[in-house]
Amino acid sequence: MAAKTFNIPTLMQGLPPHTACQGCGHGIAGRIIYEVIEEMGMSSNCVAFHDLACGANMLFAQKGNGFSGAHGRAIPTATGFKRTRPDMLVFSYAGDGATYSIGMQHTIHTALRNENITAIVVNNTNFGMTGGQMSPATLIGQKTTSSPKGRTAELNGNPIDITEVYSGMKIAYLARGSVDSVANINKTKAYIRKAFEKQMAGCGFSFVEIMAPCPTNWGMTALGSIKRMQDEVLKLYPVGEYIDGGAK
Amino acid sequence: MVKITYNAARCKGCHYCVNACPKKCITLSGDTNNAGYETVKFNETECVACGSCYTVCPDYAIVIEKED
Repeated sequence: MAAKTFNIPTLMQGLPPHTACQGCGHGIAGRIIYEVIEEMGMSSNCVAFHDLACGANMLFAQKGNGFSGAHGRAIPTATGFKRTRPDMLVFSYAGDGATYSIGMQHTIHTALRNENITAIVVNNTNFGMTGGQMSPATLIGQKTTSSPKGRTAELNGNPIDITEVYSGMKIAYLARGSVDSVANINKTKAYIRKAFEKQMAGCGFSFVEIMAPCPTNWGMTALGSIKRMQDEVLKLYPVGEYIDGGAK
Repeated sequence: MVKITYNAARCKGCHYCVNACPKKCITLSGDTNNAGYETVKFNETECVACGSCYTVCPDYAIVIEKED
């Protein structure tokens, strides 16, 4: 048998430790994206469009092309770049606060136009870097710094499920992964690969949501946050492929 | 023969690897790194190089090489 090696992608090697908190899901999400890019041979031909806040941590964890625009505007910035350079692999990387709250208009209209880009959203059910405020994806009953008694449907509305928002829209690909276990991480990697391949084939808008833990703002240990994901979060936001469309 | 390269300075002590190892060959070292996080230690003789610890590590502290 040939030698088997598990090592991080070339674009991430030789850099200082990234600035995400202990047990943060961004580290795993960022790594699997660049593993897919390296496997596809696109390392020198890809551009990452990062959002601000926790999503930008991963911009400094890689040596490839990257750009960070205004908060919540990672998707339209990526759209503009892709229209001028359709040969390059273009993806946006943002959190749930930016995608479902600050930049919700872009999340909807980019899908309506079926832009040929990939949007990756890391959903940790709160605004992480600003101190753990409630986001549209916060679960009912979840305590955050802006909902200290827990979110209620009467006062704050129901949590957003992007698979329901996009249901019926003619986009190329929609999937939800998770970083809570080895099996789900490998599944998520396959979803990202499929989304990138659809983009390079010109099929249209592909969207991958990655559920991630936020131990710091959930007020838990790292292993406790993984347990909460499996017990509560993934029951409301199940992992799977939701839209698998063909060519334009 | 499995060779595990563990960069303890990068480790943030989340212990996801301890939880994920199917052979239970990762244990707490009882030692801390310069940043104050409790690091782990590996039993290379029991390791089957499945890559689970590498997969769940958010801080890129583990490299695994296997040669037969």
